[in-house]
Amino acid sequence: MPDDVLAKAQCENLFGQVMDAARVHGVSEMEAILAGGSHALTRFANNTIHQNVAERSVHLSVRPVIGGRTARASTNRLDHQGIREVVDSAIAITRLTEPDPELLPLTSAQPYGDVRRTYEATAHTTPPERALAVAEAIGAVEEKGQTAAGIYSTGASMFALLNSRGLSCWYSETMARFSITAMAADSSGWAKQSACYHGDLKPLEMALRAARKAERSRTPCELPPGRYTVVLEPAAVLDLVGQMFPDFSATAIRDGRSFLNDRIGKRVFGENISIYDDCYAALQAGAPFDGEGVPRHRLTLVERGVPREIAYSRQAAAAAKVQPTGHGFPLPNEFGEAPVNIVIAGGDSSLDEMVGATQRGILVTRLWYIREVDPYEKIFTGMTRDGTFLIEGGEITRGVRNLRFNQSLIEMLSNVEALSTAIRASGEESIDMVVPAMKVYDFHFTEVTRF
Amino acid sequence: MKNWALQALDAVSRRGVAYADVRVVETRDREISTKNGKPGHVSSSESLGLGIRVLAHGCWGFAATDELTREGIDSAAALAMEIARAGTAAHKADVILAPEDKYEVVWVSPFGVDPFSIPIDQQLSTLLAVDTELRRQKDVSLAEASMHFEWRRQVFASTLGSLIDQTRCVSGTGFSALSYKDGEIQRRSYPNSFGGQYQVKGYELIDELKLLDHAPRVAEEAVALHSAAQCPEGEFDLILDSSQLGLQIHESIGHPIELDRVLGTEANYAGMSFLTLDQLGRLRYGSDLVNVVCDARLEHGPGLGTFAFDDEGVPAQGTDIIRHGEFAGYMTSRETAAQVGQPRSNGCMRADGWARLPLIRMTNVSLQPGNQTLEEVFDVDHAIYMETNRSWSIDDKRYNFQFGCEIGWEVRQGKRVRMLKNPSYSGISTEFWNSCAAIAGREHWTLWGVPNCGKGQPEQVMGTGHGASPARFGKVRIGSAYAG
Repeated sequence: MPDDVLAKAQCENLFGQVMDAARVHGVSEMEAILAGGSHALTRFANNTIHQNVAERSVHLSVRPVIGGRTARASTNRLDHQGIREVVDSAIAITRLTEPDPELLPLTSAQPYGDVRRTYEATAHTTPPERALAVAEAIGAVEEKGQTAAGIYSTGASMFALLNSRGLSCWYSETMARFSITAMAADSSGWAKQSACYHGDLKPLEMALRAARKAERSRTPCELPPGRYTVVLEPAAVLDLVGQMFPDFSATAIRDGRSFLNDRIGKRVFGENISIYDDCYAALQAGAPFDGEGVPRHRLTLVERGVPREIAYSRQAAAAAKVQPTGHGFPLPNEFGEAPVNIVIAGGDSSLDEMVGATQRGILVTRLWYIREVDPYEKIFTGMTRDGTFLIEGGEITRGVRNLRFNQSLIEMLSNVEALSTAIRASGEESIDMVVPAMKVYDFHFTEVTRF
Repeated sequence: MKNWALQALDAVSRRGVAYADVRVVETRDREISTKNGKPGHVSSSESLGLGIRVLAHGCWGFAATDELTREGIDSAAALAMEIARAGTAAHKADVILAPEDKYEVVWVSPFGVDPFSIPIDQQLSTLLAVDTELRRQKDVSLAEASMHFEWRRQVFASTLGSLIDQTRCVSGTGFSALSYKDGEIQRRSYPNSFGGQYQVKGYELIDELKLLDHAPRVAEEAVALHSAAQCPEGEFDLILDSSQLGLQIHESIGHPIELDRVLGTEANYAGMSFLTLDQLGRLRYGSDLVNVVCDARLEHGPGLGTFAFDDEGVPAQGTDIIRHGEFAGYMTSRETAAQVGQPRSNGCMRADGWARLPLIRMTNVSLQPGNQTLEEVFDVDHAIYMETNRSWSIDDKRYNFQFGCEIGWEVRQGKRVRMLKNPSYSGISTEFWNSCAAIAGREHWTLWGVPNCGKGQPEQVMGTGHGASPARFGKVRIGSAYAG
């Protein structure tokens, strides 16, 4: 157990203090969340380490249920007085809140699947260890006459949810991330990985890959906007496709803010698109229970192009008279639930084969600043970044200036020609996912920028 | 708090540092929201901790903890020193800081009514009244309203001898109506989208915004958009309301003038900037009408970037960024000012809490009001007028942008003649500001708060301020988001 992570017994002890403080007010229905840990990040730019940080924190948040009312109060003061004050505060604001006729009693004790995602060595990675890996990566980029920028982070965290109905769930995880941008005079390349065990990261390989991309995209040419066949690397797929998963939510559909309104059970994407939410998948991370303490269930979100299942919090499930799926957020909240362990089924192609089978197209390493343009047609805009290449006659021939896209995800996932094996990928605009690279025809670029 | 700060400073000074500063930060916030006639989210939170930044062996080290015991603070101090030492493994040149004076100050932001003195049930009932009004309109599928309040006290101590105790009160509120109908989702918000308006004020902000008065119009427009014409595609004159212009300033001026981006230290995540050092004093960054300042001083207004001192102990300042269209200044820190040979930082280092290192962040980056009336801004044969942001995107060097708005109107001979749905516009930052043809005067100027600006690794979320009046731009590309 990492030193900075509260053990389950410590959480149970703190919850005992929460209940003692609540009983003083005559309140017996209480829930507590304890979350936190330690996190360190070594940041480099201009071939030097320039920001190097570490933090340790734990917070407690408590939620009483009093006469159909609920509210939450949080603190990071875990001494006796801090706990008493946060319980006092939560009870006071709960009593002033309007009742919610749909509020359910607290979750009772549940069985959870077993996932092991904590590695002592990752939790105890030292500043010198991170610095040495960074120095080696910088050296590889500098050797090519390029400039490196990026991060190497390691950390350990825990999340515990306990309540007065006997629920006591606890989860810990370690996580390491390495990301690098290699910059040449008029081009750049990028690579990123994340893993629960830091030994699975390959900083030097990523540095060399980023440097190769920067080298190959020198003197970029400008392509006119229009529809192109694109080969999207996994990070580009996850950052773009990842934008639609909050819509696979019963509450979002009920609110009228989901693109799946009137589309569940109908063919929306191509037959080669199947998507799951699976917390237990080998390359996934995260707790086997949700913010309400419900065990996470595997969902078939899209089956051969047809949206099938959606996520249900307890409240959304009760309204729909179905079982909750284990995707609820801590209450009270407006959003309800969402899938967070996305696995997009891969295909039998590879990135090289996709490029090789493309007469004319664009290879995209990464996308940036993706924002929703149309919530129902699921049109998103954004930019390519750090490694955009022209493909001609089955080969990467040169770099191209970055392009702006305005692309409907419905259309894009109907135009997928080929998929690679799915890998754990990490970007900057969506949560980490297990996704394949995709070859997509008629991808819509609308503008070109100056670099 | 002062004792913890001095204790931490002593713990690192004993170990040998070229410079160190400590921030002890205590925050207390309250969030309330309603959704379709019910409470959506009612919560309060408090947080207390400290961050220690050291400059040792020519490198920075930073460690933060919420374990405010002698052992906890000493352990964080030791870790900050270890981290600085580790930085020598990939080290090119020692960090040098621009000089700064020593200050001993206690400062509290002005406020009329402490928002925490207003009972939650009263705040909820204000929001529920708005919610009821929004849902009177048939076809509003989702009514949402919210308030957010924060008190933040920070004690800053540095080896320069500074001891600065600052407290700020931030309030925010807004609401929106969403309508899903016939395979289309439309939304209208007030006073701004994505949470509304935020300022360094007390509860008086909520009263000033007169939420209930605007609810019927907002609900009506959300539904009316379904039957409005699609915004046309082409090059047209464009008129923007002040809230959308505030975000335009944020993205196409505020971020590019961050000197850390210019110098490459944000390259892996937030990106860099087209405003390379050779552009200063040379680049035409706007028409003659365009004057932009970066101003954290109270006299600029109660913006989210208003304070007395930044998070490395530099006093709030006002800096010309664009002067009559010419690019005139960056936002700096003590380190970056020294790197580019400036005598002093202009005070833009901010951290989003005790657990984070200060970075160069926008304070209040504002377009100064023009001298035209609103009628003169609209006085064109044909233009598209857009209000309230719906989406925003810009490339990682801040050249090419695209914005979508919630609602638009076609303007002919100075009058709004028809409502337009799904309006969007795009362009290149310098070309856009150079096309500025009219700016309305001070009476139409609003200092908007952007509460959710992300930057840094680990990411920090910061509130920034942007003052603007409605303005007109010539021949802007419109409608490309839906083209083809």
